[in-house]
Amino acid sequence: MNAATDITPTELAANHGDRDLAALYRESGISEVFDQLDRELIGLVPVKSRIREIAALLLVDKARNAVGLNAGSPSLHMCFTGNPGTGKTTVAMRMADILHRLGYTRGNHLVAVTRDDLVGQYIGHTAPKTKEVLKKAMGGVLFIDEAYYLYRPENERDYGQESIEILLQVMENQRDDIVVILAGYKNRMDTFFRSNPGMASRIAHHIDFPDYTPDELLQIAELIAARMDYRFDDASVAAMREYIAHRITQPNFANARSIRNALDRARLRHASRLFADASNNASPEKDQLMLIAPEDIRASRVFRGGLDGETNK
Amino acid sequence: MRITQGTFSFLPDLTDKQIGAQLKYALDKGWAIGIEYTDDPHPRNTFWEMFGNPMFDIRDPAGILKEINDCRATFPNHYIRVTAFDSTHQTESVVLSFIVNRPKQEPGFRLVRTEEPGRTIRYSIESYAVQAKPEGQRYS
Repeated sequence: MNAATDITPTELAANHGDRDLAALYRESGISEVFDQLDRELIGLVPVKSRIREIAALLLVDKARNAVGLNAGSPSLHMCFTGNPGTGKTTVAMRMADILHRLGYTRGNHLVAVTRDDLVGQYIGHTAPKTKEVLKKAMGGVLFIDEAYYLYRPENERDYGQESIEILLQVMENQRDDIVVILAGYKNRMDTFFRSNPGMASRIAHHIDFPDYTPDELLQIAELIAARMDYRFDDASVAAMREYIAHRITQPNFANARSIRNALDRARLRHASRLFADASNNASPEKDQLMLIAPEDIRASRVFRGGLDGETNK
Repeated sequence: MRITQGTFSFLPDLTDKQIGAQLKYALDKGWAIGIEYTDDPHPRNTFWEMFGNPMFDIRDPAGILKEINDCRATFPNHYIRVTAFDSTHQTESVVLSFIVNRPKQEPGFRLVRTEEPGRTIRYSIESYAVQAKPEGQRYS
């Protein structure tokens, strides 16, 4: 089985250089990207493992290429589905950088669009508009957020269909030039694919973003706070943990986005608390400027039954 | 008579791959690329028709090549050139321009001699193709 048995060790060493996977891995600088992903994106295990698989495939393809094996460029169009605030957009933004480092795309630019940017308002307006966007995204990644809006089954004369057809054509014929990433909520994307089977079959990677666990949400809260130069103490971490437990059960919960909003409101309360206290303490310490106190979090209406609890009162 | 205008015009026609490489060079310099066409290639005719707007926000040659091919499909028998505009202060002009499409038949130019008083002769050139037919029907 081992092909290396009939060549000499020197030949082996000479041949081996160009398909040394470890070396290829180091050269691509992709480990940095993975470290960054692990550091900055909490949870999302299925997403990260899929990205690793893609990276491995591209590296192995490079090695195969080096020894003259056929390595047809894989289709890398992707679809991200998941509940609101699970990091679909954030990962897509990273994807452009990852694919560029892996040498799959020529540029690391990402063009993020929604229905408005692709679909025109009158007959003959859609095609140029879509083509313009595709032209801009060539060599990089085209990210279509809320992609299910492209198709409006209730209106058979909707121009969205035209845009989808142009997209399909380019996704098929210019696979080397562009990577298309669609994103949207799970159930609505399922309806979208059911009515556009051509689209579903041209997308190789359907990645589902799971909801975050309460622990992950707490880590996210700490990460966001740290990035904005705020910090929690033990009491406020406990308050945050309780806040998350309440918030998850309430309507319109949007995972990490809800956490970010909660932190923004806590910052407001933090600021007004310091401001109200200005007569006693005109120049707060650096630590006071950074620390989010438990009362900043506990003042939230989430603890009093959320939006509904408040309006019923 | 093969018309030589712009960069690379004494070389054989560039392939799409070579055009892509030149476009990449221009994009890396931050120049905006435009596509222009004409059927009146007189050397003093510097104002060709634009095929769409200059592409200020394109990051990759693939998008521009697609536009070039669209232009070739629309005007297969016109001269088409790619221009790269450098918007740097005090440059603000086209810094690279080369032909990417030319008619199959190029009949060339005639030397026109105009006799002036005192046996003076003024010379000018005139394209056979342009003289023969109105705009849009030349070189077909």
